[in-house]
Amino acid sequence: MSRLKRKIAPYLLVLPGGLWLLIFFAVPMIAMLSLSLQEGDIVAGYRFTGHWQNYTDSLSAYQTQLIRSLIYGAVATILLIAIAFPMAYWIAFYGGRRKGTYLFLTLLPFFVSFVLRTLSWQQILADEGPVLSPIRDLGLVGPAFHILGTPVAVIGGLVYNFLPFMVLPIYVALERIDPRVVEAARDLYANPIITFRKVVFPLALPGVFAGVLMTFVPASSDFVNSEVLGSSETTMIGQVIAAQFLDNSDYPTASALSFVLMVVLLIGVFTYARILGTEDVMKVAAR
Amino acid sequence: MAASHNVDPSLLRGLTQRRFGRRDALRLSGLAGMGAALAACGVQGRGTQAPASAEPDAVAKFWAGKAKNGKVDFANWPLYMDPKRPELAKFTKETGIKVNYQEVIQEMGPWFAKVQPQLTAGQSIGFDLMVITNSFQFSQFRDSGFLAPLDHAKLPNYAKNAGAAYKKEEFDPGNAYSIPWASGMTGIAYDRKKTGRDITSLADLWDPEFKGKVGMFSDVQELGNFGLLALGINPKGSTEDDWKKAADHLKKQKSAGIVRNYYDQSYIDRLGSGDVWLTQAWSGDVFQKNISDNKDFKFVIPKEGGTIWTDNMTIPITAQNPVDAITLMDFFYEVGNASALANYINYVCPVPAAQPQMRTDAGKLTGEDQDAMLAVANSKLVFPTAAEYSKLHYYVSFEATSEQQKFQKTFEPIVLG
Repeated sequence: MSRLKRKIAPYLLVLPGGLWLLIFFAVPMIAMLSLSLQEGDIVAGYRFTGHWQNYTDSLSAYQTQLIRSLIYGAVATILLIAIAFPMAYWIAFYGGRRKGTYLFLTLLPFFVSFVLRTLSWQQILADEGPVLSPIRDLGLVGPAFHILGTPVAVIGGLVYNFLPFMVLPIYVALERIDPRVVEAARDLYANPIITFRKVVFPLALPGVFAGVLMTFVPASSDFVNSEVLGSSETTMIGQVIAAQFLDNSDYPTASALSFVLMVVLLIGVFTYARILGTEDVMKVAAR
Repeated sequence: MAASHNVDPSLLRGLTQRRFGRRDALRLSGLAGMGAALAACGVQGRGTQAPASAEPDAVAKFWAGKAKNGKVDFANWPLYMDPKRPELAKFTKETGIKVNYQEVIQEMGPWFAKVQPQLTAGQSIGFDLMVITNSFQFSQFRDSGFLAPLDHAKLPNYAKNAGAAYKKEEFDPGNAYSIPWASGMTGIAYDRKKTGRDITSLADLWDPEFKGKVGMFSDVQELGNFGLLALGINPKGSTEDDWKKAADHLKKQKSAGIVRNYYDQSYIDRLGSGDVWLTQAWSGDVFQKNISDNKDFKFVIPKEGGTIWTDNMTIPITAQNPVDAITLMDFFYEVGNASALANYINYVCPVPAAQPQMRTDAGKLTGEDQDAMLAVANSKLVFPTAAEYSKLHYYVSFEATSEQQKFQKTFEPIVLG
């Protein structure tokens, strides 16, 4: 009896999470996969016919937006690493007793609603807002110059909104580095640059990888920043999917596009993991 | 937040490395079951299309045995009634029917998508009365059989007071399923100080002088209509060829960099912040913006014509309190109530007698209050004259859903760049 219990125990432990995944992930995924292969319209209803052309049709109609989203996501992620790494480095190594405070400050914007924060940028960057008006009055830019509605505004919004998701994982990785390892590098006559390049950075890679996972994926599929800060020239794939689902009730096209996006993102992330040899760095991080 | 710890190394390994084994065999056998699961996931629709006008026995069948329950759940758009809801308080006092008023409708597409599953399953959507625009979705609601046929014997005030134009609407012949809440015009709003000249024509929206300062609507019907009108084509009765020509015309406007963006309701704030100088606009918004922000934006129906649309009160087929709902619908056609509503919302009032009523009421006020009410009473945007109506066009009327989809697919690429 007790042996049986011992055998069942692990399954019982995984049961809540497993059920959660089954009900809220697996079932909707299957429903969506089915939808992506259906034909019809919202009044007559959609029926499963294995209509795979939904994929080719939607992809040829919206490949521009898909590629644009991946580029925006990638640019935003690279900028995020460039901004977040020094921040995290400074907090981890020079934060002293106030580390907690600095981390809290990084997170502080998160206590304001995501949409509200983005909308406030719309006000700040408006053509006659507090930033552009003085610059234009000084004659630094022409009368037609604007930021809203350009890729700069959209990528800027993505970077701004996802910054904590990059700072925190990198910070955690850096924080775990044993100071004695750095000291050892110094003792062996490595200068600060080489110490950073050969010791600190490789040890921080798991954090960077986690940060990329948590920013590149949502940034590429984001539909708020472009909606609020962009224009029709910056439409991202997330907006297209939302419009197909909500405005047109064209569920098959929306589902097909969602699947394409998911597959492309998975391929991107795993290629990246392979190139970096993430398995090794993950092992180091888990130690 | 130890994010790097959340990613289980073995999970990553499992995802990045291919492993073969017994599980693959299980997965293969699962695929067969998956096929069945896929086929079972169809989205149910209402295959048969309901007739455009309800048959007399349909009305009798729906209303038979229905009685007053003393409450009504009302779904409407934001900013479509005085926030203090004086009309509803009056209604409750007169009839004893309590009103639960919710501003839950923001856009037609999402609203249809939200209530469609319940209506298909024959379940209540939690509302007995909803205000919907005469857009694609109006016919989708009607053709799916989601709207209750109205019993006009219960609408005496409507029969007496509604303007002639509001009794023969193209999209709902004989008002079988709907009566208007308010109408509005789509024209051009502009900031005279920025444009430096008066805007009179749709051609101004294509003027390179305003490069990057022109706003258009993201709603494909609104956008398509203006493309058609700019080419001198009446949207009503336009053909697929016309749509393609209009789309090309709109694409030129876009590729020349004249259009700043395609907006939803947010266009009015973009006009306020100076991002756009002239934009496609809805009549009531300009009126309200000028009053609330002390601005002096102009609204014009272009000489080529504008469009008129109507938001309509309808009863969902699964309504729990339809008698209370139709009582409330008729209440808004009493002249005094129609006048009070129009005085607040500043959209086109379907009750012409509300104009003299408003003038009389204004006579009892003094100073600024009187000026404000007279401004509404005399506004051509609230009570258009015959000259205005003659410049207004109705939306494209679609015979079938497939035609709607063609229209949508023609203009959508412009908005979704």
